[in-house]
Amino acid sequence: MSNEIEAIKDPGLPAHVHRRADTDPKAAKKAERQVAILFLLSALGTITLIGSYIFIPQDVFIFFPVLGNTNAHQLFLGLGMAASLFFIGMGAIHWAKTLMPDEEVIIQRHEFRSSDEDRADFIKTAKDGAAAAGLGRRSLIKRSLGLSLGLVGLSPLILLGDLGPLPGDSLTKTSWKTGTRLVTDPGDRPIRPEDMEVGAVAQTLPAIAPGAHRKLSDIAKDAVLLIRLRPEEFNLDAERLSWTHEGIIAFSKICSHMGCAVALYEQQTKHLLCPCHQSTFDVTRAAKVIFGPSARPLPQLAITVDSEGYLVAQSPFNEPVGPSFWERSS
Amino acid sequence: MAPLLLVLALFSIGTTFSVAGAATSTPLTAAERSALIDEGQRIFLKGCSSCHGLNLEGSAIAPSLIGVGAASVDFQVATGRMPVADMSQQIVRKDPVYNEKEVEALAIYVASLAPGPEIPGEEHLNYERDGSSAEGGELFRTNCAMCHNFAGQGGALTQGKYAPTVMGVTPRHIYEVMITGPQSMPVFSDKTITPEEKLSIIKWIKAAENEPQLGGASLGRVGPVTEGLLVWTLGLGMLVGVAVWLAMKAR
Repeated sequence: MSNEIEAIKDPGLPAHVHRRADTDPKAAKKAERQVAILFLLSALGTITLIGSYIFIPQDVFIFFPVLGNTNAHQLFLGLGMAASLFFIGMGAIHWAKTLMPDEEVIIQRHEFRSSDEDRADFIKTAKDGAAAAGLGRRSLIKRSLGLSLGLVGLSPLILLGDLGPLPGDSLTKTSWKTGTRLVTDPGDRPIRPEDMEVGAVAQTLPAIAPGAHRKLSDIAKDAVLLIRLRPEEFNLDAERLSWTHEGIIAFSKICSHMGCAVALYEQQTKHLLCPCHQSTFDVTRAAKVIFGPSARPLPQLAITVDSEGYLVAQSPFNEPVGPSFWERSS
Repeated sequence: MAPLLLVLALFSIGTTFSVAGAATSTPLTAAERSALIDEGQRIFLKGCSSCHGLNLEGSAIAPSLIGVGAASVDFQVATGRMPVADMSQQIVRKDPVYNEKEVEALAIYVASLAPGPEIPGEEHLNYERDGSSAEGGELFRTNCAMCHNFAGQGGALTQGKYAPTVMGVTPRHIYEVMITGPQSMPVFSDKTITPEEKLSIIKWIKAAENEPQLGGASLGRVGPVTEGLLVWTLGLGMLVGVAVWLAMKAR
């Protein structure tokens, strides 16, 4: 036996197998009928659509298996339109697959390069056109056109300015100032400590001047959750304990992971849960992360009461609220 | 003619109010009350005291009921949560064990030993008149939606606990839940969410309950999770089927 490797021969195209409809006129007739039935189903679909638009009132509900109680008007509009579009496509494909020619045909590509005469012709036409327009002679037009085209090119650069402005300190600052009252959201009512029972929570925002409006971008940073526990339930260091008031503790509601609103407070376990990625914070230990992807506790807002007995912020947040960002220092 | 109509209108308003008022407020006499307290104590000793203690003091497996108030008892017992059948992660809603009269007796008994949140009367639950569903929707989204879902369908908490759906709960029980904070739920005080705002929340919940499903299957009204599941399985499955058929050679 020799060790020579025999070259595999080009097997060529597989032999063409005729379809039944190509050889049997009966099968062809049958395929024709199938295509016609598909097109008729499409027509029926359109008639259903028109009919249900005109004749089915918009407030009729019918029971439909699987879906339950469904608005009949919408249901038949949808079914009609689905049938009308789907069966046209199905009919066309079925037609092409069973009846249209399916022989493999080879079409030779023409040469990509234009002929030399065509190329010479084109160059001559372009030169004649330029001469007729007088670009070489009329320098006023040439220069003003150059100016206008140049300026058009400049305008996208100006629009790039809309990518800014740079965030500045807006990521690190919130609207909380020393002495800002905590007010209910919604409702804007100031809160006294005695308004909250043990186990109560309140969603709050910083107070604003009457008649003023909050920007959504501010609410997204300023939202604070108030929770009242029994003071002896806290497990805080002296500084953090001084930030609470008679068992009321305030946390930023913006998750330190991705910025979702953390307000699923479980009264029995004293856990705060973020609904997006299940970061869980222990309220009694200054919102320490006890589960989930969050990297640091929720920022705690230092609170106290003002001379009229309403809850106010002792000082602004001592760290940026919300998720991490590039320039964040910690 | 006009003055006559006015007199007639005022008269009819006056009578409907007095009739409605008479029907809803039936103050108990002292004798009825003490009879109810006795009845409630009898039920408590028989059905509740083995866990909650002979004097409501609680035990290792059940909290003290001192100061929980009639509202708490009414919610827990009338929604079937108490007496509890399964002491695992969550105490679930089920068919109530006690009838209305027995629940009332229990509630009055527990409230008689220490004050707490009271059962709101019918006259305080006229949410159709006193509530605003627009305001209720805003309040619901800020205060309730994170646990109970933006359409009130309920949602998961930690370690197998969950916030139940708020659909199909009576207005009285919704109100009681907000002032008592059962299980994992915190309390929503009357000062931070006023009684009138609570009625707005109830009105919104009732509006959400009765909202017709134009598209039929609501898929749990939980949004993109179930909708995506359906599209990815059924929708893409159909597309795969069509693609296979497209590429198949006709015989």
